[in-house]
Amino acid sequence: MQALYAQLLVGLINGSFYALLSLGLAVIFGMLNIINFAHGALYMMGAFCAYFLLHLTGIGYWWALIIAPIVVGIFGMILERTMLQWLAGLDHLYGLLLTFGIALIVQGVFQNYFGSSGLPYAIPDYPEVGGFRGLQGGMNLGFMFLPIYRGWVVVFSLVVCLATWFLIEKTRLGANLRAATENPTLVRAFGINVPRMITLTYGLGVGLAALAGVLSAPINQVRPLMGADLIIVVFAVVVIGGMGSIMGSIITGFALGVIEGLTKYFYPEASNTVVFVLMVLVLLVKPTGLTGRAA
Amino acid sequence: MAEAAAKPAGAEILSVSDLQAWYGESHILHGINFNVKAGEVVTLLGRNGAGKTTTLKSVMGIIGKRTGSIRFNGQDITRASSDRIARLGIAFCPEERGIFASLDVRENLLLPPIVRSGGLSLDQIFELFPNLKERLNSQGTKLSGGEQQMLAIARILRTGARFLMLDEPTEGLAPVIIQQIGHTIARLKSEGFTILLVEQNFRFASTVADRYYIVEHGKVIDGFANSELSANMDKLHTYLGV
Repeated sequence: MQALYAQLLVGLINGSFYALLSLGLAVIFGMLNIINFAHGALYMMGAFCAYFLLHLTGIGYWWALIIAPIVVGIFGMILERTMLQWLAGLDHLYGLLLTFGIALIVQGVFQNYFGSSGLPYAIPDYPEVGGFRGLQGGMNLGFMFLPIYRGWVVVFSLVVCLATWFLIEKTRLGANLRAATENPTLVRAFGINVPRMITLTYGLGVGLAALAGVLSAPINQVRPLMGADLIIVVFAVVVIGGMGSIMGSIITGFALGVIEGLTKYFYPEASNTVVFVLMVLVLLVKPTGLTGRAA
Repeated sequence: MAEAAAKPAGAEILSVSDLQAWYGESHILHGINFNVKAGEVVTLLGRNGAGKTTTLKSVMGIIGKRTGSIRFNGQDITRASSDRIARLGIAFCPEERGIFASLDVRENLLLPPIVRSGGLSLDQIFELFPNLKERLNSQGTKLSGGEQQMLAIARILRTGARFLMLDEPTEGLAPVIIQQIGHTIARLKSEGFTILLVEQNFRFASTVADRYYIVEHGKVIDGFANSELSANMDKLHTYLGV
């Protein structure tokens, strides 16, 4: 039983990363019509940003959670302004090739300086609250031992995902964004600066990826190819969930993480392929994905 | 009617001269000339594909390639981006209405930003279009065609823009709804709005318009005041093929 719970927790952790990443991909795809293959590289940059902040300036985890998404988000917005914006209106293939190229370059640069092995990033040991030192250690829940940091990642990711959902589905700003996704020409003709909104949207999606990178650093270490490995699964998640829906990508992200975890317990041999098998099944039955709107 | 037409016209608000426009490779407008004065309702008449909608879209800045001159309140807006044109006080209600499916009625209504003070308040809008108030939480595209048209007009009245461009607001609507839209346009005119209307239905247009321009093959080929309408009826039938 202990092992089952442990695998469920691992599943939820992976699900958190899937959800944060596929959420960003969905937002970017909706607004820019670009399949952002650079997403994994930007996730990796988030983790490296936290690493640099700690080792070059002494700025720790909590500030990195805020600073890294902003820094990487700005990098993303520069990419959008200088390159991606010129692809508007072209076939998806161009955006895919460009962002894939960006991912290879970014990963190549980091590999050149840091090789392929992981750099350690410690779980924060501050602030001290009660008997806990930051997010270190764990607690016994009776039925299982819960490492605090892992519980934090799941809860915090869920909160960020829901906040993003709220921003997009329930606020004025989100209404502008949804409208511009549907008909950018008309929204612009109402006096809204749509090109600026597109840049900020890309920044938001990239920021979510960078945030996932920071969250992942203490668990998975900081590696130049950490995003390349993850992004393949995330794209399968996106295909299963469908590109159209914000809540859909959140739920699918967490659900597939859990399914992966359960598979590790019940049939470990299939744990690496279960997501792809599901992807094939969904594509056969509902090509737009579970929650996707027809393109 | 004759009295209204004889009323001294205000200052020229919009003047378009030798406007040419292209959709990709195809040359749609071949030299459009017309003007609109403050407080007028001016109607562009013409057959399908004559270039009426393209003219509105060119004024709004949403046709990629355009040459010639478009001046709004003395300012040259020929090359301006559409968001800037909107902020100068031109509001556009497109032919396909442009109601957003992923927004509810309230969000659709509040979407266009306020560009200057003096727009209608929500209460004034609900007074004009009582149906909308009851449907605020419905999905925008769940409304009937008439309600969608009302929503499309209502949302640009909030913005404070005093120059409205309405592209075939009566298309495909029931007579009773057309009548309501006619009343609304008359009311807006009496409150000092300037309106550039595109219509195929000149019977409807004749109930609200001060002046007409006839558009054919991407050019303005004729123009007359509403008071001259009956004198021009034969010509009009030829132009419109009705």
